Amino acid sequence: MASVESSFAGRDHFALLGLPRAYAVDRNELERLYRDLQAHVHPDKHAHKGDADRRVAMQWATQVNEAYQTLRDPLRRARYLLHLAGHDAAIETNTAMPAEFLMEQMELREAVADAHAAADTAHLDDLHGRLRQEMAAQHEELRRAIDETHDYARAADVVRQLMFQEKLVSDIDAALEAAET
Amino acid sequence: MALLQIAEPGESTAPHEHRLAIGIDLGTTNSLVATVRSGMAVVLNDELGRPLLPSVVHYDADGHVEVGHEAQAGQSVDPRNTVVSVKRFMGRGLKDIAHIEAMPYDFVEGEGQVRLRTAQGVKSPVEISADILKTLRLRAEAALSGQITGAVITVPAYFDDAQRQATKDAARLAGLNVLRLLNEPTAAAIAYGLDNAAEGIYAVYDLGGGTFDISILKLTKGVFQVLATGGDSALGGDDFDHRIFCWAIEEAKLAPVSPQDGRLLQMRAREAKEYLTYHSVAPITIKLGSGEYVDLKLTTEQFNEITRTLVQKTLQPTRKALRDAGLAPAEVKGVVMVGGATRMPQIQHAVAAYFGQEPLNNLDPDKVVALGAATQANLLAGNRAAGDDWLLLDVIPLSLGMETMGGLTEKVIPRNSTIPVARAQEFTTFKDGQTAMALHVVQGERELVSDCRSLARFELRGIPPMVAGAARIRVTFQVDADGLLSVTAREQTTGHEAKIEVKPSYGLSDDEIAAMLKDSYSHASDDAFRRALREAQVEAQRLIEAVQSALREDAPLLSPAERAHVDGCLAKLQAVMMGDDRRAIDAAMDALGKGTAEFAARRMNASVQKALSGKKIGDLEA
Repeated sequence: MASVESSFAGRDHFALLGLPRAYAVDRNELERLYRDLQAHVHPDKHAHKGDADRRVAMQWATQVNEAYQTLRDPLRRARYLLHLAGHDAAIETNTAMPAEFLMEQMELREAVADAHAAADTAHLDDLHGRLRQEMAAQHEELRRAIDETHDYARAADVVRQLMFQEKLVSDIDAALEAAET
Repeated sequence: MALLQIAEPGESTAPHEHRLAIGIDLGTTNSLVATVRSGMAVVLNDELGRPLLPSVVHYDADGHVEVGHEAQAGQSVDPRNTVVSVKRFMGRGLKDIAHIEAMPYDFVEGEGQVRLRTAQGVKSPVEISADILKTLRLRAEAALSGQITGAVITVPAYFDDAQRQATKDAARLAGLNVLRLLNEPTAAAIAYGLDNAAEGIYAVYDLGGGTFDISILKLTKGVFQVLATGGDSALGGDDFDHRIFCWAIEEAKLAPVSPQDGRLLQMRAREAKEYLTYHSVAPITIKLGSGEYVDLKLTTEQFNEITRTLVQKTLQPTRKALRDAGLAPAEVKGVVMVGGATRMPQIQHAVAAYFGQEPLNNLDPDKVVALGAATQANLLAGNRAAGDDWLLLDVIPLSLGMETMGGLTEKVIPRNSTIPVARAQEFTTFKDGQTAMALHVVQGERELVSDCRSLARFELRGIPPMVAGAARIRVTFQVDADGLLSVTAREQTTGHEAKIEVKPSYGLSDDEIAAMLKDSYSHASDDAFRRALREAQVEAQRLIEAVQSALREDAPLLSPAERAHVDGCLAKLQAVMMGDDRRAIDAAMDALGKGTAEFAARRMNASVQKALSGKKIGDLEA
């Protein structure tokens, strides 16, 4: 999970790509800035040069890829923003979650296990959709906490819940994959 | 030897000079070489006008090496010494190879990679592939009448690190400067995309002689971005031949078959497969060594039936790649078909049914990969024309990870990560007072290390004794633009560093390659020593030009003392480069490289600032 460097040539991922440091990101703008920057620094653009230039190009392209991968994924972006704000420790150590949330996740987990056992792909797809919807609401909550109220403690709570939910989504994906083969 | 030309100091050296670069499709069944001539990618034919070089190598008892059509024609006469489909053995051990019982070779289980005992001694797949590549290099040199600056060699997208490394080693052994290893479906996408000014999501379905790849790409304004790739590096047209082969043996009750009869039957099986592309019944007639005749008829229905599972085996990775890309089949705008095996009607039908559209067959499936590789080689060599401003963003096909306690895999870089990519992960000790750590690098998707491919093992020593779990070992994986991995491990608290460039256990070591190269120098069969020297001189000349041009553009980025140091390194290289001491040239190049490292970093920084200024200038200074 860890990126190699949290900053490069004195720039964080947002500054590297030329984006404002915020949870809300214009996806099209991100894609465009990423492509423009790679078009400049990618090793293919420096392949005919000497070793030193090629090495620098690889370091830059690596870092630009890392910045792009971090910022394009909302959960990774949120974690990165918390890290920049000095709030990442809470995510690793604090495992407390609201009882209501945990109950709901347990139920979902059981439903996934049952559907997996029955190879019921329609039900798995359904659960997938339901979870995605809940997560969309969580992401809206994240945006408010980070960009508007700057309530990083609250944002860290939501991030932990989303990590839980993402794990479940990947379990559903694995079950779907297994059912198809 | 022709004298190399050197321009006056400070003067640009022939800015319009066209550097000769080639693209090579090193295929399981056939190989090709292509180049860009007057802005057009073209395949270079042999002296008889044939574009394809059969990937067949014959080692006869007199020391002659035959590559291509002649070797192919004689394969049933001397099957043991005639190697076909060597690509299937690249970076592989004996246990990895399917249908080994049907092969006429004398296998030797070498360290890691399998080897073959031939009339000319034990040969590794790397050496055999190098003989194919050398034939193509000579073809290109004859056609272009000049020194080749560099080559792009294509590999299946699903090749793992060991197979990639083996391919790169083969190219080095063949005397080629490898500009890049390029994924075959990506090469095809370049050729297709540039020809058709395509935009949107495209799938490339590439079924070659021995490998299957599926890649999903997004084409936007000259950027080819691979979103996901998948495949099977041991599935191809050969397997369809093998099904026919097995069917024929069963039908004609032929077991056991001699190596000669077996090879003959394999050739007839391939012919029958090709015949069924345009006919509904294929005759299979063979005169056996015993004088008996085998006379069979294979219908399309029978062929479809015996190969149904193979067709299905290509759709599984296709589904997975689409899922990894987060896309549905209907979101794909076009499906580009690559590889001779995609001519089979059952493949065409299955792909059309899955994607709900007719696949795109307007490119020659045999040539498109080589043409794409040539286009990329031309760009990498620095021959950039207007409108050539496109960029390729590719991914690694398989996850890279480390073995942890209990034989479990901890993924460090997930599959489908855009390259180049680097990730670091911290590990810790298991026992109190543990001072060394055995690190095991693996590639694959499975949880258990034993189900993944082992790439390298190395040890980090000198960890200060601490209680279990207190040490912090940071392991960094870096994958370069060729998709090749290097790994660094570092103990965080003391900074004690152990570093290795991962050399997969299935490849050849650097020492082995050096020994083989030296061996070819001492035989001086094609004046290899002079050739290597000349290459070093050309390389040195190129480096001098690059540094001089950088100095002209960005001299103010250096202090007078730094400038003096760079000038000193330049003078040193210029002094030794025309001599015949290759080591001195290499050392001077190395010194110049090191002496300009900081300069290169500053130049890139300044150029990025310049490129982005006007857009978001405030953010850059954050």
